[in-house]
Amino acid sequence: MEEQDKILNDVTQGEYKYGFVTDIETDIIDKGLNEDVIRLISAKKEEPEFMLNFRLEAYRKWLKMKMPNWAYLKVPPIDFQAISYYAAPKKGPKYESLDEVDPELLDTFNKLGIPLEEQKHLAGVAVDAVIDSVSVKTTFKDTLAEKGIIFCSFSEAVKDHPDLVKKYLGQAVPVADNYFAALNSAVFSDGSFCYIPKGVRCPMELSTYFRINAANTGQFERTLIVADDDSYVSYLEGCTAPMRDENQLHAAVVEIIALDRAEVKYSTVQNWYPGDKNGKGGIYNFVTKRGVCRGVSSKISWTQVETGSAITWKYPSCILMGDNSIGEFNSVAVTNNHQQADTGSKMIHIGRNTKSTIVSKGISAGKSENSYRGLVKVMPKATNSRNFSQCDSLLLNDTCGAHTFPYIEVGNKSSVVEHEATTSKIGEDQIFYCNQRGIDTETAIGMIVNGYAKEVLNKLPMEFAVEAQKLLQISLEGSVG
Amino acid sequence: MLKIKDLYASVEGMEILKGINLEVKPGEVHAIMGPNGSGKSTLANVLAGKEDYEITNGEVVFEGEDLLEKSPEERAKEGIFLSFQYPVEIPGVPMVNFLKTSVNEHRKHKGLKELTAGEFLKLMREKMDLVDMHTKLTNRMVNEGFSGGEKKKNEIFQMALLEPKLAILDETDSGLDIDALKTVANGVNALKSPERSTIVVTHYQRLLDYIVPDFVHILYQGKIVKTAGKELAFQLEEKGYDWIKSENGN
Repeated sequence: MEEQDKILNDVTQGEYKYGFVTDIETDIIDKGLNEDVIRLISAKKEEPEFMLNFRLEAYRKWLKMKMPNWAYLKVPPIDFQAISYYAAPKKGPKYESLDEVDPELLDTFNKLGIPLEEQKHLAGVAVDAVIDSVSVKTTFKDTLAEKGIIFCSFSEAVKDHPDLVKKYLGQAVPVADNYFAALNSAVFSDGSFCYIPKGVRCPMELSTYFRINAANTGQFERTLIVADDDSYVSYLEGCTAPMRDENQLHAAVVEIIALDRAEVKYSTVQNWYPGDKNGKGGIYNFVTKRGVCRGVSSKISWTQVETGSAITWKYPSCILMGDNSIGEFNSVAVTNNHQQADTGSKMIHIGRNTKSTIVSKGISAGKSENSYRGLVKVMPKATNSRNFSQCDSLLLNDTCGAHTFPYIEVGNKSSVVEHEATTSKIGEDQIFYCNQRGIDTETAIGMIVNGYAKEVLNKLPMEFAVEAQKLLQISLEGSVG
Repeated sequence: MLKIKDLYASVEGMEILKGINLEVKPGEVHAIMGPNGSGKSTLANVLAGKEDYEITNGEVVFEGEDLLEKSPEERAKEGIFLSFQYPVEIPGVPMVNFLKTSVNEHRKHKGLKELTAGEFLKLMREKMDLVDMHTKLTNRMVNEGFSGGEKKKNEIFQMALLEPKLAILDETDSGLDIDALKTVANGVNALKSPERSTIVVTHYQRLLDYIVPDFVHILYQGKIVKTAGKELAFQLEEKGYDWIKSENGN
């Protein structure tokens, strides 16, 4: 028994493998937040007036809002005046070839195991690499342009496609939706924009790598994906962050709009720095992700593998407005050491015959707390709607916690909502069985955990699934062994 | 091959094994019989290295080395195989992946090249016939949805793949009907060799009709109280365990 616990501790206390800081010159504005700072950000980015107004409206609303405290999280007080709200690499942001890119930056990608050289050759993956707020390198742009697909940094979209941005920005996540979304709307630095025209099937997986780098810089990414009628796109987001002692705030917003019969798949592998094994440092991840199935028979699916961050507050959601629209949420959330996660989904059924599925797999180790929180709401007019939710929790020891908070509201009699939940502890018998076949405990746990999370991992695009499997194992290193 | 000297083991403060002495030579088949609660399964688990047990005294030497020093996976890789009484299910882990990992861990330990997926599948097909194993089982998750008999077959199938030096069969006959029992026993017999030793742990004599032991030991209250040839099993069948109990003061 004791030996088992020791092994579990060892595996869960593995050091974060992506902990390094890239020494790149950055242009950082002074710490603090007020209307002047917002005007400065907007001016630095040479934004049109509608963007400034959007930011100011958000800021003014944010001032009147309070930090949400309903989540099962202990969040240390955050001093929003101690954060610098804009940082951009000093060197020119656009390069024609890799030779022009800062070698340190390339080295960063190499350490992450995603060298741009390889990425360029990787069939079907276009990479919009975001390091500290400004897009540095965009590839495959021409291929996409031929199909009329727009995939660029958010700043570029504001300059080159202001009408699209103006039309859809804030449509899924209104400026004052919640405290962190309002903050993001006020100060967001950059992010990605994607538009798939009518009838176009995006020929490759679109992918963005995010990375927090400059010290004390809050990272406020903004992503907007619009899929026009009869279009399809699969979008990948993956992130790792360097090791830092200070806590870093990350408050991103992702908005997805799916029009008639459009389908959007959004996959995330999140591996921000989780803090050390004593709970020191780590990223605070307060993210708002929401998709609106605005058109009939449209579909939005969220798939996430969450292993990082000291605190995770994240509920990728679907608003099913169009009749016959479909929403999906598939999640694996791993917490270890002192990590805390409160994550889940919201499925709001508004249109008739709408369907949603939630599959959540929580894995807890160390002294972590892992909560699933989900809302399934069926409006009175959303007749014949269906939801199926399955929330499983796997515990690796006796010191961690797993919690499930489902909220279900059904407003009509023809709809069916099902919720299933299980909690189990990783079996010592399972580990011993593997040991007896010559498989060491660490590998055994990796195998058992991947087996447990398989249903969700299978939903990821191939190249991501492999990465995610490795990540699960790395995240639990030292927790069993 | 295996030498157990004056072995004492306890679980949660309760002494289960109270001075076991046993020697197994290459090629020998030993049967360990005894009433419920006599310590048979404990002995099997202690040899395999299950951590719930505390060794309070004695030593176990396997192939000239101190076995008790080694981790369960090291013991496995050096040739100790335990056929579990209750093989566990591991949901979501395909049998094929599990077996390939297992076989390759053994090969790495022996300094052999790891098998590719293709090579492994070929090896698997060769061994499947031995215990009448079907692909419908190897295509499933580890032991998931297997019947009692299928689980036991699966254990012997793994034994065939791993080719251990010492196989310990813990109550392999429990829960088997006569046909499954024959299949499993045939598998074990097919794997018999002058180098491979087997310890058969069983409550009943019937398995020994098919797997014929060189020695039968009777374990009672944590000690081996009687050792003889295979005829001892028949005596037990006739007289029952009460005979042993009364001979040993109960």
